[in-house]
Amino acid sequence: MSEDKKKILVLFAHPSQERSEVNKPLFTACQQHGDVTAIDLYREYPTFHIDIDKEQQRLIEHDVIIFLFPLYWYSTPAILKQWQDLVLEYGFAYGANGHALQGKTFLCAVTAGGSEAAYQKEGYNHFSIRELLHPLEQTASLTGMIYLAPFVLFSARSAVEEDRVNAHIESLRHLLTALANDTLDVETASSLPVLNTNLSNLFNA
Amino acid sequence: MTAYFIQAFIYLCAAVIAVPLAKRFGLGSVLGYLMAGVVIGPIIGLVGSETNTLQHFAEFGVVMMLFLVGLELEPRMLWDMRNKLIGLGGLQIGGTTAIITAAGIYFGLSWSIALTVGLIFALSSTAIVLQTFNEKALSKTEGGKNAFSVLLFQDIAVIPMLALIPLLALPELVEQAQAAVGQAAQQHEELSLVAGLPGWAYGIVVMLAIAAVVVGGHYLSRPLFRYVASSGLREIFTATALMLVIGIAALMSLVGLSPALGTFLAGVVLANSEFRHELESNIEPFKGLLLGLFFITVGAGIDFGVLASNVGPVLGITAGVMLVKALVLFVLALIFRIKNSDRWLFALSLAQAGEFGFVLLSYTVQNHVIPTDLAQILSLVVALSMFLTPGLFIFFDKVIVPRFEHFENDREADEITENGTVIIAGIGRFGQMVNRFLRANKIDTVVLDHQISQVENLKKINVKSFYGDATQPDLLHTAGIEDATMLVIAIDNNERAVELTKYVKHTYPKVKVFARAFDRGHHFELKHAGADFIISETYHSALELGKEALISLGVHPFKAEQKKATLRELELCYKDSLFESWKKKTEDSKYSAHFRELFIELETAIAKAMKSDHFDEQARVERGWTPPPKDYEKRMNRDE
Ligand SMILES: Cc1cc2nc3c(=O)[nH]c(=O)nc-3n(C[C@H](O)[C@H](O)[C@H](O)COP(=O)(O)O)c2cc1C
Repeated sequence: MSEDKKKILVLFAHPSQERSEVNKPLFTACQQHGDVTAIDLYREYPTFHIDIDKEQQRLIEHDVIIFLFPLYWYSTPAILKQWQDLVLEYGFAYGANGHALQGKTFLCAVTAGGSEAAYQKEGYNHFSIRELLHPLEQTASLTGMIYLAPFVLFSARSAVEEDRVNAHIESLRHLLTALANDTLDVETASSLPVLNTNLSNLFNA
Repeated sequence: MTAYFIQAFIYLCAAVIAVPLAKRFGLGSVLGYLMAGVVIGPIIGLVGSETNTLQHFAEFGVVMMLFLVGLELEPRMLWDMRNKLIGLGGLQIGGTTAIITAAGIYFGLSWSIALTVGLIFALSSTAIVLQTFNEKALSKTEGGKNAFSVLLFQDIAVIPMLALIPLLALPELVEQAQAAVGQAAQQHEELSLVAGLPGWAYGIVVMLAIAAVVVGGHYLSRPLFRYVASSGLREIFTATALMLVIGIAALMSLVGLSPALGTFLAGVVLANSEFRHELESNIEPFKGLLLGLFFITVGAGIDFGVLASNVGPVLGITAGVMLVKALVLFVLALIFRIKNSDRWLFALSLAQAGEFGFVLLSYTVQNHVIPTDLAQILSLVVALSMFLTPGLFIFFDKVIVPRFEHFENDREADEITENGTVIIAGIGRFGQMVNRFLRANKIDTVVLDHQISQVENLKKINVKSFYGDATQPDLLHTAGIEDATMLVIAIDNNERAVELTKYVKHTYPKVKVFARAFDRGHHFELKHAGADFIISETYHSALELGKEALISLGVHPFKAEQKKATLRELELCYKDSLFESWKKKTEDSKYSAHFRELFIELETAIAKAMKSDHFDEQARVERGWTPPPKDYEKRMNRDE
């Protein structure tokens, strides 16, 4: 059974982890999951000097790629952008011979300070998270990856006080397991605005 | 003894007054020496009969000059330039010699004299031309570079000329000489190893002598220099260099060959040696003085009587020679596609006869090739043409350049500025890293060190490195400090590093000085001396180790990197004020009270900055990825 399992790569980006309330435990959960390779990008590349070959090799060796990050200015923290700019080379990720990522699954696991209500047309952020992450969605499309709806924790700054963190971690664990066992309803998962509203409905038996 | 002192004083005095004056008027030092000679000789009459003896002595300067020419001739460089050297240089000498020889025969000279005169006038003045190029920044132009190839070829061509000229000796002149010698009874017979040997044996001896110079130069010189260098005594190295040159000259004379030829060969053999720069800087002053003396004797030997009675011929020949030379050069420039104003520069700059002309003239007279009275006139021609050279450059500047101005502007674009060489003084562990890094990035470096073992190790891995004391201006000069973009100072003597910085920043303000400091005090001294960039040798490695320590004690690597940067910034912030108060430090105590205060202030600031980002209440004031307050959305709503 374990041979058939999908391999998951989590790329985690958080520049001030000693103050992180949700991402840090989420990352720990990833590290503890048996089917996940969990990489702390800021730890591995504190000077932003990313090893392109090593990162490309990692991508090749995994079937599911997850970006785990707090939403910073409606986008990823800087190192994840740096990572994309360097690693997703022409001839590797796109272009005539760039098929390395074809058919892999891509997911963003995001925490946002703003509430779900804020991430709506009428809210003060005016756009949904999925809309704001369009650049990543399009990147997945260009590189031939299946894009799943983002897995989001809203109102992340008050999640500890309101006791929502553990449930979120639990959901992530289930999601990782489903991805590894390939029991996720991918079609639905890629059409939703966010992944976690009714997550358990997406798990096939 | 007194007489010698007085004479030496007169010569030196004339040189000291005339040479700087000549340079100031753009005439170059060769003309300065000549004028000095003219003044103390024919004009004031302070010196006289002894000039002839002195000239023989001074000719040794020529031998040294050829040794230095040989040293400059790296085989690889010659190979790279072979087309221009042989094409331009060969045709220039060939063409000029042919035309002047023909003219000489036409005016009734015998062919051997005419040919000798042709050869003498084919040469131009390396000293004047290169110096003028340097002063007017023309060295890097097309015209300048091509002129340089021709001059280089001429310098080399002197060697075969020296070999050829004795063969042209006139029987009647030789007879006269021998008669004179006979009268003086043969007590003066020159030492010789080859006198009375049959032809084949002579041939073998000559071959052996040359082989000795080449093989000895290649295999024996290095151990010898190494042995001497390890003694660390500068003057012994100088003595060794002189011993080498004089020894070879002696050997060559013994077997009846030209000493200049021998030392030239030795120079070429040593051109690739790591001792090249040190040899150059040791021989250079002797050569300079002796050549200067040589030119003074030439000036002093000018006979105004001859000039007065031959004004017409001297002027005529000078004009003729310069015209022929310029014409040949101009045609060559056309053939070799040297364009626009460069063509004119090439033709005009080399139109004079040169200092080698004097050398060859006195050599021809000794070898009974040219009668003395003709040599006198020709000497005047050489001198006059050299005096006219600055005029030609002025003509070029004022008349030629303006005519081509609009072309020049088109051409500007393809003149890529070379990024120049970096001289690295001191090649211990620090200098080596810098050198490796620069070379890996295709920067030309020249490495200097006074420890022969270091230099040898680097030679083994093909790094261009030279033995010598980098704080000696001479060595810096031969290493090319004038044209270098940067000097990296990584020598292990603190005071000398400061002196070197001062000297270079003062003498060559355009050269950037990047220096390694031992500690903070040294850092300030270097800064005060004008260094452009200074790094304390332990600073970065200590910070790096500190950072790694933090990481291994559990601090996140990215955080540790930030803390390192914070510390650096703080240091930077305080650096200037620390430096200012260091400058004002009182004479008696090394660190003034204010300096100490600042130091304490810096320490507390560092401690505070490092503490402030602990995970506690202080976190609110930390900058950098600070998340918004927990209730920020509520606050925003309130504002609305
Ligand atoms: C530099 C910065 C930019 C941020 N930008 C946004 C943003 O655009 N939208 C948002 O909802 N929250 C934003 N936040 C809030 C973070 O998303 C929030 O602090 C984080 O998700 C909390 O997770 P953590 O406790 O693991 O750090 C920002 C926070 C920081 C520090």
